[in-house]
Order: sequence, then structure tokens, then C-alpha cells
Amino acid sequence: MSTAATGTPAGPTASKATPPANRGGAGHAVASRLRDVGFWADWAALVGLIVLVAVFTALEPSFLSSGNVTGMLSASAALVILAVAQTFVVATAGIDLSIASVTTLGIVVLGQLYAGGQSLGVAFAGAVLAGLLAGLLNGFLVAKAGITDFVVTLGMLSAASGLALVLSDGQPVTVTESFFFDISLDGPVEMVTWIVVIAAVIAVVAHVVLFHTRFGTHVLATGGSPEAATATGISTARVKVAVYAVAGLLAGIAAIIIVARLGSTPPAANTAYLLNSVAAVVLGGVSLFGGKASILGPVFGALLLTVLLNGLTTLGVSQYYQPLSVGVVVVAAAFLMRFQK
Amino acid sequence: MNALEKKTAAGPIVEARNVSLSFGSVKALQDVSVTVAPGEITALVGDNGAGKSTLVRCFSGVHRPQSGEVLLDGRPVAFSSPEAARSAGIETVHQNLALVEDLTVWQNLFLNRELTRFGMLDRRRMKAEAQKMVSELAVNVPEVTSRVRRLSGGQRQAVSICRAAGFSSRLVIMDEPTAALGVQETARVEELILRLRDEGHAVLLISHNFDQVVRLSQQVWVMRAGRCVAGRRTDATTGQEIVGLITGAIAA
Repeated sequence: MSTAATGTPAGPTASKATPPANRGGAGHAVASRLRDVGFWADWAALVGLIVLVAVFTALEPSFLSSGNVTGMLSASAALVILAVAQTFVVATAGIDLSIASVTTLGIVVLGQLYAGGQSLGVAFAGAVLAGLLAGLLNGFLVAKAGITDFVVTLGMLSAASGLALVLSDGQPVTVTESFFFDISLDGPVEMVTWIVVIAAVIAVVAHVVLFHTRFGTHVLATGGSPEAATATGISTARVKVAVYAVAGLLAGIAAIIIVARLGSTPPAANTAYLLNSVAAVVLGGVSLFGGKASILGPVFGALLLTVLLNGLTTLGVSQYYQPLSVGVVVVAAAFLMRFQK
Repeated sequence: MNALEKKTAAGPIVEARNVSLSFGSVKALQDVSVTVAPGEITALVGDNGAGKSTLVRCFSGVHRPQSGEVLLDGRPVAFSSPEAARSAGIETVHQNLALVEDLTVWQNLFLNRELTRFGMLDRRRMKAEAQKMVSELAVNVPEVTSRVRRLSGGQRQAVSICRAAGFSSRLVIMDEPTAALGVQETARVEELILRLRDEGHAVLLISHNFDQVVRLSQQVWVMRAGRCVAGRRTDATTGQEIVGLITGAIAA
């Protein structure tokens, strides 16, 4: 048990407190954690990912070929970014249903600016700005106007996808730029393209923001107990505006990545991104009630979903079974979450 | 009430002077005057709806009196927010404790007062200082790295009180700190309250437990129907008299 040694102030009351840096029982701690259902619930996405990779590789050895791994990682980049975006909102006990539509709005803004002869840089900035503005509007309506997040973002879901159709007149724009091939096909090391690097950098920055800044703590406090946050002087309204703005901004970045991979700007919203972003968050062990979040979990969740769809395709399973399989996996993960502590 | 003025010769740390506050047609406070002396535990008693919580919320910056004044160190103050009251040294231990269950003890202790280094949280320093805050004051407090969700009611109360006691606060307001606790935990929290006083904090205690009031406090203010009907030095009164004053059986 606890030994009141290593440097804790040896007052009469200190004996009950275990020193935080007690590395003595590490092996024992690992064993006891493995027996703990809560541990498996926390790491459901990673465990599921490993199991899926093992199963698909056993059934189809080419699943882990460098070509397929490259493809899967690149395909997961946009979803990873959207899952991170959704995590910030969900951490405040909110939800952003408009995330896929706002991404599409970003895609269309990028396409229209590009078709209008603007430089790629301007088109990128336009996509990110469009996402940021949509996110800010979401945030203000939720936090200041006091409308339920569900309703606000459902409205934005419809409005943003409608605006995307209006702006594009329903037509995609073909964007053939060598820059896009460079970032979506090449990378610093084999199997890792630049868009994967971008997604990884965003995930790392998001982790640092959530767990190593005051803002991140306030996000978790706002989601965990708005009363406590308010009582200590945290402006929960400001935090909420910020998380929706972050989600919109990241949706704009995801838009660029999607266009880079497709080489065109589809004007119709891809609703799978909405469902999968929420699914990745749930798989990642983030509480939909807010206050408890992780970045690594949703990232693994996004990878798991991408692997699942890719594996089923590799095995020749009909596309029609894919939404069904995602549904089963998500509900199973949610069931496991009940054991989370 | 007049006999009291002499005893607080050092001058009250916080004072309400003729404070009135209505919510619509409900007169929550009518011409209430109370004082809180430094280095003392001052109890505020009264039936439900007597206006105790409303009065302390005037001290903690939640409400602003419609007439009358709140004085801090003899000077009138108008707190625009709970944050303003906090920075003036008035801390509140809320009835619901205002803790975030999924955050750790140290995160709760430093909530919205996080220490940073180069813009990043200085987790190591906050943990160390949290450990110090906790071990100086409380007994039976777990590791500062454990989540509040895992703590017992008494431990949560202790964390909440530690937070209020830290950061060089001068007045700690407690709204029924032991209402939800068992006998043993109540004893521990009472010990903590006494220790707060001994360290020089003034304590304003709302309690329904008259034995507790008699045990802990030096001064009692009795409220009834939005008015402060009586004030007594605790050593000059009894639980029985307090009950009589609360119900109105004894005229003030």
C-alpha cells in the first residue's frame, strides 16, 4: 500500500496521502488495471482498432500492404480532424450536428474562390474563414441566445448545406493543382502523407490545448459542472462560443484536406462525416454528458472507423453493409462506456 | 442588538447596513444590519426562506442590495460579480460545493486560478501547492491527484473549504457545510472550520444545527421573514433561546 516516503511533507496528516510519484508498484498497477473493466472502456477505440487490424490481416494479408496503409491513413485524416473538433464541443456537454455541412460549405467556398481565379492561399483562407464564421454563429446562438445546441446546429446543418448548394449552383469545381498531389500523395516518411502529418499536428495541438492550458481546463469544467465553473468565475458562455468556433475552424481545415484528396469540390454534404465524427468521439471514451474528454481516444476512434470501412471493402463486403457495421460498432462501444469510471 | 457593537471593537471585517432586497413582490431582505468580526465564527440562523442565503449572496457578489450598503473594512463596496468579491478576499463554500467531479482535487483547488508557465499550465507547481493547502488544513483528505468523483461527502466538503481558505481569503462564507454529512464527517468539518478561524480567517456560517452553532460560533444573528430580528454573543445565549428567536416565540 501507500508509503509516506518520497518527499511529502511529513506532517501528522500527510501519512494518508500517497506520494504521486510512486513508481514502486508499477507492474502491480498495470496488472490491476488490466482486470478493470473501466480501463477497457477508456481504451475501447485502441483495443478495437488492434482487434480489427488483426482480424482483417488474418482474412486478407494484403490489408497491411504499404499501399493500403497509406490509403487508410490518408482517408482518415479529415475524419481525425473532425473528431477532434467534435471532441471540444462534446467536452462542454454540447454537440455540433452541423460539422459535416460546415465542412461542405468550406469545400464550396474554396472551390468558388479557386474558380473565380483566386490563388490557392486565398481559397484556403476562405474555406477556414467560412468554417470559423459558421462556428462562431453556432456558438453565439447556443451561448448568448440560449437556444439548445441540438436545435442551433441542426439549423446550421441545413443552412450551411443549403448555402453550399446556392454558392456552387450544385456544381463541383475541379481543382487540379500539383500542390494537392504533393500533400495527399507524398509525405515525410513512407506511408505517411503530408495530410496525415497535418491531422497529427492538429491532434497534438488539440491535446496540449485541452490538457495543458487554462482554456482546456475551463472547457472541461464547463462540461463537467457549469454551476461550479460559474461559481469560480469562469464565463461558460465565452467557453461555449470558443469551442464551436474551434469546431468550425477545424471543419474548414478538414475541407481543404478533403479537396486535396478528391481534386474537386463536391457541393453535397457528406453526412457520413457527421455520424462518424460523433461515433469516433463515443468510441474514444468521451462522455456525451461533458466534462470528460480525451484527444487520443477519438483519434483512435476515427482510425478504427476508417479501418472498419476499408477492411470491409477489401474483403469484398457490399458497401450497403458499411453503415450497418458502423452502427453496431458504435452501439457496442457505447455499451462498454457504461463501465467507464 | 445594541450590546454587540461594543464587543466588535476591532471593527467588523464585513458589514451589512440597512440592506433591503426584493424579488418582485417578495421582500427577501428588509432593513437588515449584521456585522462579521475578524477572527470569529459568526453564525447566521433562521428558518427556511428567512433570507439567510440571500443575505450572504449580497456579501459574495451574487446579489446587489436595492437599498442599504455592504461594507468591507468599514468602506462601502459594490461587488459587480462573485469574482470581484473573491478578489476582495470573500470566498464562499457553496451548498452544492461547486466542484467539478471529473476534475482532480488539485484542478478543483486551482479552478480559474490556474498557475501557468509560458502560457502552459504549471501542473507540477499546482499539485505541490495543492498538497500543501490540503495537508495544512484537512485531515482525511486523499491524494490531490484523485478525481473528486471518488471522494466522500466529507472529503468533498474539505476540498471546497480548502479552496475557500486558500488564496489569502479573509472571510469564508459557508452555507450549511455539514447538512449532508454523517456524524464523523461532521466532526471533521467542524474541526476544519475551527482551524480556519484559528488561522485568522473570519467565518460566516449558515447552519440549521443549533448545537453546532453554539459549539462553534462567537456571534449569532437570527433572521426571520427577511429581517434580522436578533443578535447575540454565543456565550450569552442558549440553543433554546435561539430557537425561540427563530420561531418568534421570544420577542427580540
